[in-house]
Amino acid sequence: MFYISMFFQYVAQYMKTRLEYRADLIVEIFSDLLFQAVNLIFILVVFDHTEFLNGWSRDEIIFIYGFFLVPYALFSSFFNIWDFNERYIVKGELDRILTRPIHSLFQIILERMELESLFGAVTGLAVMFYAGSRLGLEVSWSDPFLFVLFVLGGVLVYAGIFVMIACISFWADARTSIMPMMYNIGNYGRYPVDIYNKAIRFVLTWILPFAFVGVYPAAYFLGRDEWYGYSFLTPVIGLVFFSLSVFIWNEGVKRYRGAGN
Amino acid sequence: MDKYIEMIRIRFLMMLAYRTNYYTGILIYSINIGAYYFLWNAIYGGKSEIEGLSAVQMTTYVAVAWMARAFYFNNIDREMATEIKEGKVAVELIRPYSYLGMKTMQGLGEGIFRLFFFSVPGMVIVALIFPMEFSADAATWGLFAISIVLSFFINTQLNLLTGITTFFLYNNTGLIRAKRVLIDLFSGLLLPISFFPGWAQEIMRFLPFQGISYIPSMIFTNGFTGSQVVEGLLLQAVWVLILVVPIQILWVIAKKQLIIQGG
Repeated sequence: MFYISMFFQYVAQYMKTRLEYRADLIVEIFSDLLFQAVNLIFILVVFDHTEFLNGWSRDEIIFIYGFFLVPYALFSSFFNIWDFNERYIVKGELDRILTRPIHSLFQIILERMELESLFGAVTGLAVMFYAGSRLGLEVSWSDPFLFVLFVLGGVLVYAGIFVMIACISFWADARTSIMPMMYNIGNYGRYPVDIYNKAIRFVLTWILPFAFVGVYPAAYFLGRDEWYGYSFLTPVIGLVFFSLSVFIWNEGVKRYRGAGN
Repeated sequence: MDKYIEMIRIRFLMMLAYRTNYYTGILIYSINIGAYYFLWNAIYGGKSEIEGLSAVQMTTYVAVAWMARAFYFNNIDREMATEIKEGKVAVELIRPYSYLGMKTMQGLGEGIFRLFFFSVPGMVIVALIFPMEFSADAATWGLFAISIVLSFFINTQLNLLTGITTFFLYNNTGLIRAKRVLIDLFSGLLLPISFFPGWAQEIMRFLPFQGISYIPSMIFTNGFTGSQVVEGLLLQAVWVLILVVPIQILWVIAKKQLIIQGG
């Protein structure tokens, strides 16, 4: 309960600070939209030159992209820890966090949230409905529930991977450029993984399971029954990766000694 | 001049100090290029060529574009934004060098580091795994070298411009991100400009972005021949000169209205 009320208090504070700098807020929403548009343009331009991508049509690829945007938006709103090392370790901000009686990871999530990214979920849904209607997909009563379940699974996959990368800072004091490039690798989960060779497919399924944020769950709604097994694994993989990351985080915090001062 | 060369050297050594950075850098660049390789092969399907580029030329294009990016890409804009926001820029301004020149040199130091520690080893790894087509012609390599130096200048100038806007906007994280996304698309990093529909190509012809990635990559993959190469290089050089103007104007205005809070 305490955690929930804490969450809403942070949200309220966040809204106040955000609405103070309105111009910046608008630019940020705009730059998110731009980012989504660029990926869509990539797909559109590519399909100007080809009919099918290994048996997947343009609209199917767009549908997968639309699905991907929803968990991705939730992830980027709440797990904005890409600069964890610089902000919290190098500058010693983690000391402040650790003196408080709330779980350290939860506090960092609250402090760094960027609710305007949630807007991406709206564009994601719009893209999905556009592609879905062109494909003539039917919505059954169970679809909304499964959708929520798959989206949550996807968010946990993303969160788990990025929390684990942030944890590297507890062991190695070095600044790394893993974070930005990991965002790129995350994008490959959006394409049908059967276009990659076995090694990359294995990595995207079991090691950095980004395929569970895009193509696997989306395959269920596209009626690709050969992938259903993977689709239903999505929440499981999400839970496993996220629990593992929290475990590593707790171990890391124990090792943390503080920097400077 | 000596102090600027010293800047390049210091930044180079700073990059060298973070060791995990370059092992992971090489690995991640290779994975990235690998994934694009498969994506493009799937896009080509059985086709022998699209818009004058064969499948092998296309994968070489992507690999070279990303490797060149390691050289021209830098975070000068974000660094400037932090220095301006924290008021550190005041100290920088009284030092006996040009602030913008110094930032450029730091970017160059970073670029040279990434060129030798990411791009070259990464390229060797990628070329061993995937079929690529490297020109044996020394002239192509020479022209490519000139071209990526010009890419560096265009990209850095755009970064300086974005950095200077912090003086007016105070917080420009959104703008920095938007600029980066636009450059990735319009520079031809993700897709060669020739793949875009005609009307889009027309617009892009009048923008500086294609000088960042498309021109050097096309020169390297021999997608450009003869006079096209010369035209490409000229276009880049012209943009380097044009961009000096808005930078200088904004810089003068920015310095005048600079307010340092605290410090």
